[in-house]
Amino acid sequence: MGERGRGCCPPMDLMRSEPMQLVQLIIPIESAHLAVSYLGDLGLTQFKDLNAEKSPFQRTYAIQIKRCGEMARKLRFFRDQMSKAGLPPAVRSATQAEISLDDLEVKLGDLEAELVEINANGDKLQRSYNELAEYKLVLQKGGEFFHSALSIAAAHQREYASNQGSEVESLETPLLSQQETAIDSSKQVKLGFITGLVPREKSMAFERILFRATRGNVFLRQAVVDELVVDPVSGEKVEKNVFVVFFSGERAKSKVLKICEAFGANRYAFSEDLGKQSQMINEVSGRLSELKTTVDTGLVHRGNLLQTIGEQFEQWNFLVRKEKAIYHTLNMLSIDVTKKCLVAEGWSPTFATKQIQDALHRATHDSNSQVEAIFQVLHTREMPPTYFQTNKVTTAYQEIVDAYGMRSSVWVGKGLREGGEDLVETASILAGVAKYQEANPGVFTIVTFPFLFAVMFGDWGHGICLLLATLYMIIREKKFYSQKLGDIMEMAFGGRYVILMMALFSIYTGLIYNEFFSVPFELFARSAYVCRDPNCRDSTTVGLIKARDTYPFGVDPAWHGSRSELPFLNSLKMKMSILLGVAQMNLGIIMSLFNALFFKNSINVWFQFIPQMIFLNSLFGYLSLLIIIKWCTGSQADLYHVMIYMFLGPTDDIGENQLFPGQKMTQLQFHPSLLQIVLVLLALVSVPWMLLPKPFLLKMQHERHHGESYAALPDGEESLQSEANHDSHGHGEFEFSEIFVHQLIHTIEFVLGAVSNTASYLRLWALSLAHSELSTVFYEKVLLLAWGYNNILILIVGIIVFVFATVGVLLVMETLSAFLHALRLHWVEFQNKFYEGDGYKFSPFSFALLDSEDE
Amino acid sequence: MYGFEALTFNIHGGYLEAIVRGYRSGLLTAADYNNLCQCETLDDIKMHLSATEYGPYLQNEPSPLHTTTIVEKCTLKLVDEYKHMLTQATEPLSTFLEYITYGHMIDNVVLIVTGTLHERDVQELLEKCHPLGMFDSIATLAVAQNMRELYRLVLVDTPLAPYFSECITSEDLDDMNIEIMRNTLYKAYLEDFYRFCQKIGGATAEIMSDLLSFEADRRAVNISINSIGTELTRDDRRKLYSNFGLLYPYGHEELAVCEDIDQVRGAMEKYPPYQAIFSKLSYGESQILDKAFYEEEVKRLCLAFEQQFHYGVFFAYMRLREQEIRNLMWISECVAQNQKSRVHDSVVFIF
Repeated sequence: MGERGRGCCPPMDLMRSEPMQLVQLIIPIESAHLAVSYLGDLGLTQFKDLNAEKSPFQRTYAIQIKRCGEMARKLRFFRDQMSKAGLPPAVRSATQAEISLDDLEVKLGDLEAELVEINANGDKLQRSYNELAEYKLVLQKGGEFFHSALSIAAAHQREYASNQGSEVESLETPLLSQQETAIDSSKQVKLGFITGLVPREKSMAFERILFRATRGNVFLRQAVVDELVVDPVSGEKVEKNVFVVFFSGERAKSKVLKICEAFGANRYAFSEDLGKQSQMINEVSGRLSELKTTVDTGLVHRGNLLQTIGEQFEQWNFLVRKEKAIYHTLNMLSIDVTKKCLVAEGWSPTFATKQIQDALHRATHDSNSQVEAIFQVLHTREMPPTYFQTNKVTTAYQEIVDAYGMRSSVWVGKGLREGGEDLVETASILAGVAKYQEANPGVFTIVTFPFLFAVMFGDWGHGICLLLATLYMIIREKKFYSQKLGDIMEMAFGGRYVILMMALFSIYTGLIYNEFFSVPFELFARSAYVCRDPNCRDSTTVGLIKARDTYPFGVDPAWHGSRSELPFLNSLKMKMSILLGVAQMNLGIIMSLFNALFFKNSINVWFQFIPQMIFLNSLFGYLSLLIIIKWCTGSQADLYHVMIYMFLGPTDDIGENQLFPGQKMTQLQFHPSLLQIVLVLLALVSVPWMLLPKPFLLKMQHERHHGESYAALPDGEESLQSEANHDSHGHGEFEFSEIFVHQLIHTIEFVLGAVSNTASYLRLWALSLAHSELSTVFYEKVLLLAWGYNNILILIVGIIVFVFATVGVLLVMETLSAFLHALRLHWVEFQNKFYEGDGYKFSPFSFALLDSEDE
Repeated sequence: MYGFEALTFNIHGGYLEAIVRGYRSGLLTAADYNNLCQCETLDDIKMHLSATEYGPYLQNEPSPLHTTTIVEKCTLKLVDEYKHMLTQATEPLSTFLEYITYGHMIDNVVLIVTGTLHERDVQELLEKCHPLGMFDSIATLAVAQNMRELYRLVLVDTPLAPYFSECITSEDLDDMNIEIMRNTLYKAYLEDFYRFCQKIGGATAEIMSDLLSFEADRRAVNISINSIGTELTRDDRRKLYSNFGLLYPYGHEELAVCEDIDQVRGAMEKYPPYQAIFSKLSYGESQILDKAFYEEEVKRLCLAFEQQFHYGVFFAYMRLREQEIRNLMWISECVAQNQKSRVHDSVVFIF
């Protein structure tokens, strides 16, 4: 298809999407894996799923995919273990030996088993270590209980002895005597006790339940353990209390034991004998240090193992993902009845034919297959995917356009919230790209988008700031590519070339507006105006006089701060906005002509393009002409009046508002105000012109087609395309009413849109005004005010506030809002003139893409 | 304020309602079930489920898979979702959400008590408990010897305490007692839940009263069928029926005197909504009654999503997910035991 460079359009790669073809590959089963792998390296084929009706596990290579999934699971396990151990996987080095999938599977299995065993051993050791540590705590704290109890008991005893003489008491009673001093020794039974640890948050409930279960016949002492204790069962660090429970009787004991169990309280044996206690403590400490060394060696061993895994982890991970992708692709191919070969169908760009054949050939050769793979092009009525070959500069712009398909309020809202570049980012995920081979607005967007942005963001000081920021990103591009960026940073980085252009253009428009952080400079010449008298007293009231030639470039700095600054700039920017808007909308309509010519759709040329051009230009084109004439001649005419009375009273005299002779030809007796009347009539005529003929012609065309439904198939791809264009109504049921209503909506949209879209371009003026006023406020009310105090402290505070306000409000928020408005102007006002955007994106099977996407 | 929920509901409930509707759209569809029913091994099931919302929960399970693991992980997902909603909820929705779990709590109490009675290991029993019905001192249940102790020791701290007022006896626990306790608790729970929903009013009351009535009626039928041939007296049986629902009060009188399944059927067929259910089964058959009831329940639960601005969706979602997990368990069991012909016996398609 030598489509490119033909006809009206110059050979621009981005103007039309790549010509695509539906190819069929018949690959012998023995070389299929290799062939798909090579095609994945090439990354220029989008396979169609030929087994859509089969569920995943019924497909041919389900087992291999399961194996890959299993290996991926093992790799995730390793990654988990590595991140727990604090060992990041090494960056992939290219020099490692290739390893086959089967070997890898075995190896991964071995490694996993080894690691699991090490972990199990480690856990066991760790657990006994933790248990010992808890035991030690119990011994210490419990010892304290008994020790303090003994000393209290001794004191009591002395007291008692001095009163009544000695009476032998058991070890426990002094503890109890804290509560109940009088114990009936005749009823005394042997008290048992249990010591252990209970999690602190459960200790209250524990105590309550113990009390209830034994009807209060229990004595519980708890001591808080200050540091966190590692729980032997769960391995987590928790706060715990050491407790001692005293109870009487066997039934109570079994209840207490059950309750301990229910609360996850670990019990530890405890000896009453003080001597034994200290001996136990020593013993436990000894074993603790022993275990510690064992645990440590285990950890070192595990670390070494993980280290070796880490070195090859990335390579393995990539291999597994690649294999999984290959098998997923193989699953999309249908298997021949003879089970000897696989049949693949897919889209590929026509220029890639040679490369694909090459890859297939290499695959056949490398796998020592007897039979060559067959490559053939299929003819189809299906709409091919849209594929633009973009480079790193144009990608961002193309994505701005591609995001159009999803221009719902959700995304705009998201964009508002998270920053305009977000739209660029999300665009790559969403469908709704240009229709196959329709004119691509992306070409013009490269210039018009940053330009419209800059019209709203005209300040060369801010432009330079933006330029420096984006230059930093571009210079360190390689470094940024390799590392993971934050969400917002990534957005800014993705759109760095957009920002670069935006910055350059805003320096340009800033020079035209003559604003550097809102301060004008006399850069190109002296100001054309001077004061009337030497001390300039009445400069703001009476005005200045013109002394020199007009300021050569941009706005004369003398306007700044004068009383007429705002009226002057408003009038200038408003008119400029309308000129830019009319120009861009005209471009949009001309693009629809390109499309109509390209798809050989003469109806669209005669009954859409021409009346649209006439309608827009007879009203707003005329307005633009008046604006330019007014600028050139310096006339005082009131354009509002002219435009309004063009409709209200086309025959009236416009008096002093006349800009050029013939605008209203009152002197011609038979036909007054010829030009304006002709323009209004043309506009009125073009409305039914747009509305009526097209649906009827389509109906006729359909009826003609219907008659020759058995005619020979048209050859050539162009007719295919134009037919695909009509397919919805051309061959299915032809619903005339639907077509007519559709056309009605289109016409109404265009007619109303011509007015409202032109008005919409006034946002250029509004935002530009807002920007310059805001920066003036920050400059005058913060920086100059602080300067006026002659105090270094206030000045520093003033400068800090000024810097933050400039960066936060003007550089970040204003950039976002201007970006968003520029985006809107492109999506709505520009693209609705011609862009259909109902295609789908070409998403080739490619390992390069596999690498970038996150699992 | 009936009929004006739309005005104020979204202030507190809007976010969570959106969340729960989002969760609902993740339920498995008939196409999913068809695919699942064709699976040959549990790994196939895992593979299929990994393409659904269960994916993240199953993907890290090593390959020889068991039915229990699948069910456990699926339940874990439900629990995570429930906890997420509960932490976001404000009154009265949070109370409403808590009410949903009380049924599981009753089941867990009964499970532990019965298990202890048969001298099973407490840890093992705890693992079998539904995670939604867990409470702090649940393991302590094993200590109790009779109803009074059960209440005094453990349940007094739980939300179930008020429901216990009718079954505090000093009798020792046995299977019969426990079953009566379960049904008494359930009756009290359903009545309490019903009252709570009526108190909330509005569409919640309307929809929940329908759902809870169905639940109460189903329990009444099950109690009647299960108590046929036991020593439970008519009056005792009558006492176990909840005091609301379509069958209340005249249907209950009839059910209380039923002596066999066909009498139950005769009593039920006077009620048009249940006539359809019973007409599906042939005489003397009670096997597929459960499935018929489940199907009817799922239908009603799905209908709850048709109306907006009420809490019934939360209840409905939890129940639907539980039904889905039951389905998955059944399918997995059938696949694991090579009984694929029986897969359709107990699976209730939700959509």
